[in-house]
Amino acid sequence: MRKTVLAGALGTIALAGGVTGPAAAQDDTFKIGVITFLSGQAAESFGVPAWNGGKLLVDMLNEGGKLPAPYDTMGFGGMKIEVVVVDEAGGATKQVQEFRNLVQREEVDAVVGYVSSGDCLAIPPVADELKAFTILYDCGTPRVFEDNSFEYVFRTAAHATMDNVSLARYLKSRDFDVPSFAGLNQDYAWGQDSWADFKGAMSQLYPDAEEKTALFPKFGAGQYGTEISALLREKPALVHSSNWGGDLQGFLIQATARGLHERAQLVLAAGDHVIPQLGNKMPDGIFLGARGVNGLAANARGGELKELTDTMWSAYEAEYDTFPVQAPFRMWQAIFGLKTAVEKAMADNGGTKPTDEQLAAAMTGLAWDAPSGRIEMALAGGHQAIQPNAIGTTKWNTETGKMELVDVEYYNARCVNPPEGMKSADWLAQGFPGAQCD
Amino acid sequence: MDLVATILVDGLIYAGWLFIVSVGLTLVFGVLNILNIAHGSLYAIGAYASASLVGAYFAAGGEAFPYGSYAALILAAILVAVVLGPLLERGLLRYFYGRDEVLNVLVTYAVFLILEDVMKLIWGVNPYFVYEPYTLLGTVEMGSLFYVGYDFAVIGAAIIVGLAVWLTLNRTQIGKVVLAVIHDAEISQTMGVNVKRIYLGAFMAGAFLAALGGALTAPMISVTPGLGVNVIIVAFAVVIIGGLGSVPGAAIGALMVGISRAASVHLLPEAELFIIYFVMAIVLVFRPEGLFAKTQARKI
Amino acid sequence: MMRFSVFTYAAIGFAVLAAGAIVLPDWAMFLFAMALAKGLVCLGIVGMMRGGVVSFGQGLYYCLGAYTATLAANFLGVSDIFLLTLLSAAVCLLVGLVFGPLLSSYRGIFFAMLSLALSMVLYGSLSKMSFIGGTDGLNIGAPTFLGWAPEGRPLQTALYLYVVAIVVISGTLMRIYFDSEQGLITLATRDNELRVEYLGASVRNIMAYNYVFGALLGGIGGTIAAVALGHVDPEFAFWTTSGEFVFVAILAGYLSVPSVFVAAIILEMVRSFSNLYFPNTWQLALGIFLLIVIVALPGGLGSLVSRRKGDPT
Repeated sequence: MRKTVLAGALGTIALAGGVTGPAAAQDDTFKIGVITFLSGQAAESFGVPAWNGGKLLVDMLNEGGKLPAPYDTMGFGGMKIEVVVVDEAGGATKQVQEFRNLVQREEVDAVVGYVSSGDCLAIPPVADELKAFTILYDCGTPRVFEDNSFEYVFRTAAHATMDNVSLARYLKSRDFDVPSFAGLNQDYAWGQDSWADFKGAMSQLYPDAEEKTALFPKFGAGQYGTEISALLREKPALVHSSNWGGDLQGFLIQATARGLHERAQLVLAAGDHVIPQLGNKMPDGIFLGARGVNGLAANARGGELKELTDTMWSAYEAEYDTFPVQAPFRMWQAIFGLKTAVEKAMADNGGTKPTDEQLAAAMTGLAWDAPSGRIEMALAGGHQAIQPNAIGTTKWNTETGKMELVDVEYYNARCVNPPEGMKSADWLAQGFPGAQCD
Repeated sequence: MDLVATILVDGLIYAGWLFIVSVGLTLVFGVLNILNIAHGSLYAIGAYASASLVGAYFAAGGEAFPYGSYAALILAAILVAVVLGPLLERGLLRYFYGRDEVLNVLVTYAVFLILEDVMKLIWGVNPYFVYEPYTLLGTVEMGSLFYVGYDFAVIGAAIIVGLAVWLTLNRTQIGKVVLAVIHDAEISQTMGVNVKRIYLGAFMAGAFLAALGGALTAPMISVTPGLGVNVIIVAFAVVIIGGLGSVPGAAIGALMVGISRAASVHLLPEAELFIIYFVMAIVLVFRPEGLFAKTQARKI
Repeated sequence: MMRFSVFTYAAIGFAVLAAGAIVLPDWAMFLFAMALAKGLVCLGIVGMMRGGVVSFGQGLYYCLGAYTATLAANFLGVSDIFLLTLLSAAVCLLVGLVFGPLLSSYRGIFFAMLSLALSMVLYGSLSKMSFIGGTDGLNIGAPTFLGWAPEGRPLQTALYLYVVAIVVISGTLMRIYFDSEQGLITLATRDNELRVEYLGASVRNIMAYNYVFGALLGGIGGTIAAVALGHVDPEFAFWTTSGEFVFVAILAGYLSVPSVFVAAIILEMVRSFSNLYFPNTWQLALGIFLLIVIVALPGGLGSLVSRRKGDPT
C-alpha cells in the first residue's frame, strides 16, 4: 500500500515533468528567466518598477529600432527575447529551487535577477555548478565576489559600498559640518552593512565626528516613534539611513511630523525611489543617493547619454504615468549589458546563438553604455561592475509641483568604488587608496 | 525630558498600538478558540480600506472639515468587519469549530495567504498614503522632545477600546451570554442561547478591532503589501504573554512589550529584534498559560 | 510478524525511492531531495502529534542542524556528509535534551507558541551575528562521501541516495518506535493524558522523548537541506518555515510514516508549479490548496492508507 502511494507520487511527478517540460528555446529566440520581487515589501520599491522597466525595454528591443545606436538592432543579435518571470519572495531556499527549475526545467538561456543580498549569495555556487549564465542585477552586498569567485555569474550594478562612500564625499565636498552623526538602519544585513560602510567612510573623511546611537529597528517595523525619540534626545548633527520602501516612507512621515529633519541633516543612501510616492511630503534639503546615476540624477545629467536616457525616461513615463527611479535603471543596465554580451559573443562565434561559456567569456570585463552611465565590469576579474554615482539635495518646486534634485554632484566610478583586487572593507579602512576623483 | 520619562511615554504609545492590534485576536480566541493568523491580513485590509476611504473623503472636498477623516478611518474598519467578518466566519471557520487548535491555526494561515494576494489584486503594489489625520492634531512638546498629537490619540483610542470590550463583556447582558458561551458552548445552546450568532458577533468584533488597528496605523505609514505579516507575530506574543482570551491580559502584555521595547531602543538598541520573544519566553517559563489565563479543568 | 513486515516495507520503499535516481530529471531529483529532507523534520512533528502536541518551532532544529554543518564545513574543514550529519545530530540532541524537559509540561497552543518563541530567538540571534553573515547567511561547499568528491549529476545522485537512505532508516526506526510500548502510550496520551498518568506512566517523560526525537530528525533534515542548497540563512528558523513543516505534518496525518514524505513532495511540487504559472498569485494558489487539503482530508493522507488497520486511535 505504501509502495503504491510512493510509486503513484513518483509517477505523477514524472508525468508532470513530461507534460510541462518545454522544449529548449529555439535558435531564433533568446529565453531569459527574470527573478524579482512581485510580492512582499520589496515589490513596490524595487521588484515591480524594475520589471516594469524591463518589460518595456524587452518590448522595445523586440520591436527594434526604437532606441539610439548601438541599441537600435532588433532583440539580442536578431533573436527575439522571451521572458519567464518568477517571484523572488520566499527566501533563499526557495530561490535556489526556482533557479534550478528555471535552468533545468524551463531551459532558459540566461538568468537575470535578485534584489535580495541573501539570494545573491546563495545562487552563484548553484549557477556555477549548473554552468548557467547568470546576471545579478540589483543586490548590494560586496561579499558575493569578495569572498568567492565564480565563472558564470556577473553583477551588472556596483555594490553597496559606493552608496555610502559617495554620501560621505558629498558632505565633505560641500563643506558640511558634522560634529556628530547617528544612524537608523533596518535590522538585517543590508542595513548593518550600510551603516558599517558609512561609519568607515566618515571615520576617514571626518575623523573628529562623534558617533552617536546606531539604531536598528526591525525590518518592516512600521513604527519609529521610539527611535525618533532616541534620535531627538541624542541631538546628532546628522542622521544616516539606508532604509528603503515602506520602512523609509514610514520613517520619513513620522520623523518630519516630529521635526527631526529640522534638527538634524538627514542623509539617505538609497532614498530616491520614495520621491514619486511621497511627493511634497518628502522634506526639502535631504541629501540622498540612488545607488548609481539613476532616476532624477540621470535625468538632470545631460551629456552624451542624454538621448538614450531621455528615450527610456519618456517611454517609462508614457507607459506607467510616473518617472523611473533606481530599480528600472538597474534592470536596464543589466539588459543592455546582456544584449551587448550576446552580440559580442555572436560576432566571435560566427553568428550562432552563444553558449553559456561563450556568453561568460564575452561578458568578462565588458563595458557598455546605459541610461545610468558607462558600466564597466572592472572588479573581481571582470565579473563585478563599477558605475558612476551621484548625490543630490531634495527641493520641492512649487511651480511645477514636482520634486527636484539640486546641487547634484557626480562621482567617477573609480572615485567611489574600490580598485580591482581590494576588498571594500580594507579600502575604507586604508583611506580609499587608488581612488580617482578627477 | 529625562530618560525614564521618555521611555515611559514611548513605551505607552507603542503599547497603545499593540493593544488595539492584539485585543481582537485574544477576543476571537476566547470565544471561538481559534488563533487567527488572518488577523494580520484584516489589519492590512483595514489599513488599505482606510487609506482608500480617507483619500476619497478628501477627494470629495473633505478639506473643509478635515476632522471628518477620523470618522472615515473608523467607518473603514466597520466596513471591513461587516464584509469580511461574515464571509470568513460563516463561509469558512464555522466548519472547523471543535477541531484541533493547531489545525485551525493552519486554516487561518491559508486564509492569510489568500488574502495577501487578494489585497494585491485589489490595491496593487503601489503604496497608499493618508497623512492628513496624522498631522491634524499638531505636535505636543514634552521637555525637549516633540511628539505628534495623533500618537496620544492612539493611546486614547486604546483605552476606549479596552474599556468598551471589558464593560461589554462584564457589565452587559450580552456580555454575560458571551461569557456563558466561552465557558460552555453546548450548555449555552441548550439554555436557548443562539451560539451561532454569538460566534459571528465575536468574530466580527475581532475583525473590526484588527481593521481598526490597521486603519489607525495607516496615516503614519505607507500602506504597502506585506504589512500584515509583521503585525501578526507581535500580536501573538502580546496575547500569549497576557494569557489567551484575556482582555486585561492583552493590556498588560502590550504594556510589558511596549515598555521593554522602548527601554531596549534607548539603552540597548542591539537587543530590539528579539526583546519581544525574550519577554514571551520568560513569561511562559514561569506562567505556562500566560499571565491572566484561567487554569482549565482537565477531564479524566 | 510485525517487525518482518516493517523491514519488507522499508526495503520496498528504498527500492521505489532509489529508482528515482534513474527516472527523475535533474530538477525533480533536487526537488525530491529537498522535500525528503524537510519530510524528516516533519516526521519529528508527527511523532509529537501522536502525543497531541504540535511544535510550531521545528525550524529551531532545522536551522541549528544547517548552521552546525555549515560552520563545521567552513571553519573546521569538515566536508564528509556522514560526519556533518553526525555532528549536527549531536548538537541538536544536546539542545533537545535541554529544552525537552522544559517543554514537556506544555500542551496545545502553549507548546506550539513556546517552541515558536525559542526558534524566533535563534532567528533573532543569527540575524545579529554579522560575522557569520547575519540575515544574508553563508554558503557551504559541496559535500564529500567518505573521501569521494563527485560533481554535477553524480553529486546530485549521491546526495539523493543519501537522503533516501536516511529517510528509509529514520522512517523504519520511527515506525518501530510508534509501535513500541512507549509509542502506544504516546497515542493513549493524545486521547486522555490524565488517564495515562493514573495508569502509572510518566507523560512528561514520553513528551520529552518525542521532543528529543523531533530535535534529532530536525537537525538531520536541516543538515541535508543545507548541503543540498549550498546556503543557509536565519530564515531556516523563521516561523513561516516552521509553519510549513506543520502543514506537511497535518497533510500527512499521524497514522502513516510514508505519507509524511509523500505530503512533503506534494507540497514542494504544488509550490514550485504555482510559482511558475501564477507568479503574481502563487500565495493565493497555495492557500486554496491548503484549504482543500484540510477540508478533503481531515485525517491527513495517512488516513487513506491506514484504514486497513482499523482505526488505531
